[in-house]
Amino acid sequence: MVDVSLDNLDAVVAQCVGAISDASSLDSLLSLEAEMVGKRSPFTALQKSLGSLSPDERKSAGAQLQAARQRVEEAFATRRTSLAAEHRIAVLEADRLDLGDVVSARVRVPVRAGHPGIISLTQESLEDTFVGMGFVVADGPEIETDWYNFEALNIPPAHPARGMWDTFYLDIGEPETVLLRTHTSPTQIHLMEEAVAQGTLPLHAVMPGRCYRRDTPDARHLASFHQIEGLVVDEGITFADLAGTIETFTRAFFGPDITSRLRPAYFPFTEPSAEFEITCTICRGAGCRTCSQTGWIELGGCGMVDPAVFAAVGIDTDRYSGFAFGFGIDRCAQMRHGIADMRAITENDVRFLELFS
Amino acid sequence: MKVALSWLREFVDLPQDISSLVREMDDLGLVIEGVEHVGEGLEQVVIARIDEIRAIEGADRIRHVIVDAGNGPVEIVCGATNFALGDFVPLAPVGAVLPGGFEIALRKMRGVVSNGMLCSGKELGLGDDHSGLMLLTHKPGIAPGQRLIDVLSLESDVVLDISPEGNRPDAWSVVGIARDLAARFQTPLRDPARPGSDTGAMGGARASIQSPELCGALLVAELSGVVVTSSPSTIARRLEMAGMRSINNVVDASNYVMLERGQPTHPYDAAAVAGQHIGVRRAVDGESLETLDGVTRVLGRAGRGWGDTGIDCVITDGNDAVIGIAGVMGGASSEIRDATTNVLLEVAFFDPMTIARTSKRLGLRSEASHRFERGVDFANALTATARFVEILSLSCPDLVWVATQRSEGLLPELPAITVSEQDVERLLGTAIPADEIARILSALHFSVTIHGASVSVTAPASRLDIRSGVAGRADVIEEIARVYGYGRLARRVPTWSQPGGLNVAQRFRRTVRASATGMGWLEAWTPSLISDEDFSVVAPEGTAVRVTNPLASQESIMRTSMLVGLTDAWASNADRGHGEVALFEMGVVATHPSDTSIQRESAGGVGGASRLRLPVETSVLSAVLGREGDDARVAVASVAALAERWGLAEYEVRSAPGLPGWHPTRMAEIIDCGTGTVFGYVGEVDPEVVAQRSTRVIPGQRLGFLQIDLNVLSNTQKVLRRPLLTPVPSRFPSVIFDLSLLAPKLVSASVIQRALRSSSPLVESATLFDTFSGGALSDDIRSVTFAIRLSSDERTLNEDEVLIARGQLLAAAAAAGAELRL
Ligand SMILES: [Zn+2]
Repeated sequence: MVDVSLDNLDAVVAQCVGAISDASSLDSLLSLEAEMVGKRSPFTALQKSLGSLSPDERKSAGAQLQAARQRVEEAFATRRTSLAAEHRIAVLEADRLDLGDVVSARVRVPVRAGHPGIISLTQESLEDTFVGMGFVVADGPEIETDWYNFEALNIPPAHPARGMWDTFYLDIGEPETVLLRTHTSPTQIHLMEEAVAQGTLPLHAVMPGRCYRRDTPDARHLASFHQIEGLVVDEGITFADLAGTIETFTRAFFGPDITSRLRPAYFPFTEPSAEFEITCTICRGAGCRTCSQTGWIELGGCGMVDPAVFAAVGIDTDRYSGFAFGFGIDRCAQMRHGIADMRAITENDVRFLELFS
Repeated sequence: MKVALSWLREFVDLPQDISSLVREMDDLGLVIEGVEHVGEGLEQVVIARIDEIRAIEGADRIRHVIVDAGNGPVEIVCGATNFALGDFVPLAPVGAVLPGGFEIALRKMRGVVSNGMLCSGKELGLGDDHSGLMLLTHKPGIAPGQRLIDVLSLESDVVLDISPEGNRPDAWSVVGIARDLAARFQTPLRDPARPGSDTGAMGGARASIQSPELCGALLVAELSGVVVTSSPSTIARRLEMAGMRSINNVVDASNYVMLERGQPTHPYDAAAVAGQHIGVRRAVDGESLETLDGVTRVLGRAGRGWGDTGIDCVITDGNDAVIGIAGVMGGASSEIRDATTNVLLEVAFFDPMTIARTSKRLGLRSEASHRFERGVDFANALTATARFVEILSLSCPDLVWVATQRSEGLLPELPAITVSEQDVERLLGTAIPADEIARILSALHFSVTIHGASVSVTAPASRLDIRSGVAGRADVIEEIARVYGYGRLARRVPTWSQPGGLNVAQRFRRTVRASATGMGWLEAWTPSLISDEDFSVVAPEGTAVRVTNPLASQESIMRTSMLVGLTDAWASNADRGHGEVALFEMGVVATHPSDTSIQRESAGGVGGASRLRLPVETSVLSAVLGREGDDARVAVASVAALAERWGLAEYEVRSAPGLPGWHPTRMAEIIDCGTGTVFGYVGEVDPEVVAQRSTRVIPGQRLGFLQIDLNVLSNTQKVLRRPLLTPVPSRFPSVIFDLSLLAPKLVSASVIQRALRSSSPLVESATLFDTFSGGALSDDIRSVTFAIRLSSDERTLNEDEVLIARGQLLAAAAAAGAELRL
C-alpha cells in the first residue's frame, strides 16, 4: 500500500474501497483490515505525524483524515455483511435437500413411548365424562370482543363486575373492544345465538378451552389457563337439575366417595349463582392442609342462566330456562395428580411430561 | 371486610360456637376468609407503678427498674426510657403468655434478675406503637395490681374476615351482615344507635345538586362544638380490628359509620369551605384537584374503553371551586385539621356507575368508592348522620348538630316484584310456601304483601342490586334460596333425548393427538403470547396481534407459529441434558386481520352494535424433532406415517422457499394431490435460530420441524381421505421389480410416483425406494428407484402382461419427464 499523505487521501480511499469490495472471503477481508486501518497502517502513521502541525492545521487535517478513515471502515462493514450473507447462502445451499425425494422407508427413529400432556389428558377425560351424561362438546375462539366476553353476559361497560376479570386487551379496533377471552363463557353466547338462529334449541353442551387472565403466575395460577364450562337450556330446567348434574359429574369424575355442595356466590351471568365445592380429594373429607381442615375444596362456579343473558341472545324465558357451570381444567389436573406447583406445566421438562399417560 | 364479632353482636344474637357461625355465614354467601382471636393472652398483664430507676453498671441500653404491681417491690430489667418515677405501665409477670405465644420467663441480665417484662402497645397486640412502654398514668382511678383488660375494658374478641358476594351493596356493613344472620337464625335485628336530630335551626350552610343524574340525594349536617382529638379506645379498637388506622375522632366517626351502616360520609372543615356551600355537579373537562394524597387529578377527560366518556361527579364550594371528587376522595384544602371546630358533614347518594368509572380511570379505589359503586342505602342517610353525631359526641361533649341542609336529585326507583310459589318452584325445583317466602324477604327488609300463593315485594334501598322485571324476580328468588339454605334445596338428575358426543373435528383432533404420541413424541405446552423478538423470527413482515396491556414484554404478541415456543421447549431440555426428545403441541395460532384474506367478523362494542374484524385463529399441530439423527428427512417420514394413520388419500411433499424461522433450503409444503390445498409444512428449524436458543447445541444438531393446519386438515373437502370402500388385497401373487429412472431434479419424485401408480390397472403400488445423484450423472439429473408391485384380482399374471404393464409404466414415466436408467 502506498504512503498516505493529505494530498492523496481521496485516491487512497478509492483504492482501499476497491480492494475491499474485491475481497472474496471473510478471511481475506480480515487481513485487509489489519493492513489498511490497523495499528501499522499508513492511516495510523499519518495520524501520528500530524503532531508536528500547528493546532489549527492539525484540527482540519485530523478531520479530513478521520472522514477518510471512516469511509474505509464503512466499506469494510458493508462488505462484511454481504460476505456473511453470501457465506450463509453458500452453507445453506450446500445443505439443500429436496424433501420430495425423501425415502421414508429408509428413515430410522429411536423407539420411545409418547405421552399426551396433562392438560389435554384431563380435558379429554372431562369431555368423556360429560359426553356420557348426554352433553355435546363445543369449541369457541380465544380472541373475542367485549360484547361476547362481557356485555352479552350481563357485564356492561365500566360495570364494577368487569374488575372480577383482569383482562388482556388487544390493539385492534376501539380501545378495550377486542380481547383475549377471560373465560369460556363467550362460547355459551355463540351457541345460544346459533341455536336461536337455526331453531335448534334445546342445548346441552360443554365448552373446554384456553383462557387468559392478566395475573402474575404462581403455584396455583397461570396467566393462560384452561376452563371447561357447561350449558343446558331446555324446558323445565331448575336449580335442582343443576345440583344433580354437578353431583353426578363429581362422582363420575372424582370417584363415588367424592360428593358436592353448593354455596351462594355472585356471577353476573347467573341468578341464583353458586360456588361448588367437592369433598377434598387429598384427605377424602377428613380435613387436611389443602382444604384448610374443612374437608371441602372449591372447584368452580355455577347457577341458573340470568334472564338478562337470555334477553341478549333472544331466548324466550317463558318457555326455556337453563343452567351453566364452569371450572378450571388445570385445577382438576392439579387436584387429580397432586401437582404442587402449576408452573411445572409450562416448563415442559421431559421428566415431567413423561409422567402422564 | 373485617368485622369484630362484638360489633355484630350489638345487632343480633349469635351462637357462641364460632365454627358453627362460620359455617352458617359461608352458607349465606358471606364467605369467611379468616378468623382471628384478639385480646387473648392479656389476662395476666397487670398495672405496675414505677418506684425506682437505677442504672446497671456497664450497660447503657438497659436499666434496673423497681415497680409495685400490688404485692410489693418487683425487680425488672427494662430497655425502654420513655417513663419516669410514678408512671403506670403494663407488666407481664413471669409465666404470662402474650398474644402471639411469647412466654415470659425469669431472666438475668448483667447480674440483675428480671421478674417479668414491662410492655409496649405492640408487644401486647394493641396497636403498632413500639417506641416505648404503654403509659397508663393518666387513666382515672389507676392503681398497681389492676388487670390491664379491666383498665382498658378490653374484651377478648374475634375478628371475622368476610368476603361477601361482589355485587351485594348491603353486605359491606355490620348492619347488613347482621340482617342476613338475623334472617337465617330467625331472630330479631336490633339497632344500638340512639335516634337523634338537629336543633331545628335554619343553619347557615347550603346544599345544592346541579347534576341530579349524578347525585340522587345530598344531605349536609352542620356541626359545631367539635374538638379534634383522639377517639375513645373502643372506637379506635374496632376500627383497628377492621383494618383501618385511627386518625382523629372526626375521621374515625366517619369511618365507624361507614363500616357499621355502609354509608360513607365526608367531613369538611366548615371554615375552609367557601360560603358554607356544598354543591354537586359534573366536572368540566380539564378541571383539576389536589386530592388528600397530595396528587393533582385532572377530571372530566374521557378514559380508555367504551362507556367512559369522562363524566366525573365533583363536590364544589360556594365559589364553584372543586373541593372533592364525589365518593372517591376529598381535596386537601378542606380536610379536618387540629383546629377545626365546625364541621360540615356530607352524606350523599352518588350514581354508582359514575363512581365506578371515575375510580377506575383515576386508579383511586377507596373504601368509600367501593360502597358507592354498589349503591348506598339512601333511605338511611339521616340515621347514618345521627349515628355519626352520636359517635363523635363520645369525644366531643359540647357537640351540637345545628342544622341539616338537603338537596334532591334523581334516585333509582325501587323495583316492585311479584313472586309466586310456582315461580320459586320453577326456578329452584323446590316448593317453598308463600308464608316462608314472605318471612325471609321481610327479614331482609323487603316490604312484603301476601296474596294467596303469591308475594308482592318492594326491594329496600339497601338492595340496589335487585333489578326489576323478570331479572328482578330471579334476584329475589336467589335471596329466598340463600336464606332458606342451598343445602336444603332438591337435587334431580336431568335427562334429555338428544345424544351427547364429539363432532368430526373434535374426534379428528383426538386421532391426531393419539397418532402424535404414537410417534413417540411428548406433548408440550408453550405460551400463546410471545415477545417482539420471537415474533420477528417467525413473522418479520407480519402485523402483530398485540396485547395493549401485557404483564411482561416477553408475552405481548399472540403467536403466529409455535416454532419459537417449541424450539425453546426443546432447548430448555437440551440445556438440562435431555435433548433426546421430540415434542409436539396442538393449539391455536392467530393471524392479524390485515395479513389474511379470510374474514372473521364479530359483533362488538357497546351493545354489540359494531362489526369488528378479528384475527383469524388456526388450530395447528406442530412438532420439533430433536433426537439424534432427527432432521428434515425424519420430519418428512413422520408426516408420511401420520398421513397413513389419518387416512389421507394422496399428498405431495414439495420443496418450497423457506418460511421465516425455518431452514431455507430444507423445507417443503404438504399438498393434497386431489385439491391442491396446502395443509402443512415440513422441514427443519433454521440452524441460526437453533444456535441462538440453546447453549448446548451439539455441532451438526438439526431440529426437524413440522406444522399441520388442523382446520384445513379436518375439512374432508379440502384434504381428501381414502375411500371408505376399500378393495381386498389380491389373493394371487404379486410381481415385484425395481424401476430405476433418471429424472430432472426439478421433477418431484411424487409426481413420477403418481404417474406410475395410474399407468396401469395392474399396478398395486409404486414406492420410492432410493435416490442417487452425482457420479456420472449430470448436475441437474438424479436417479430415482421405485419398487413396483403388479397384481390382478383375477389371476396370476403372465410374462406378457407384465411386459405390457412395464411398457405402460415407462410411458407414464416418460410423460412425467423421467426415462429408464440403463
Ligand atoms: Zn383435605
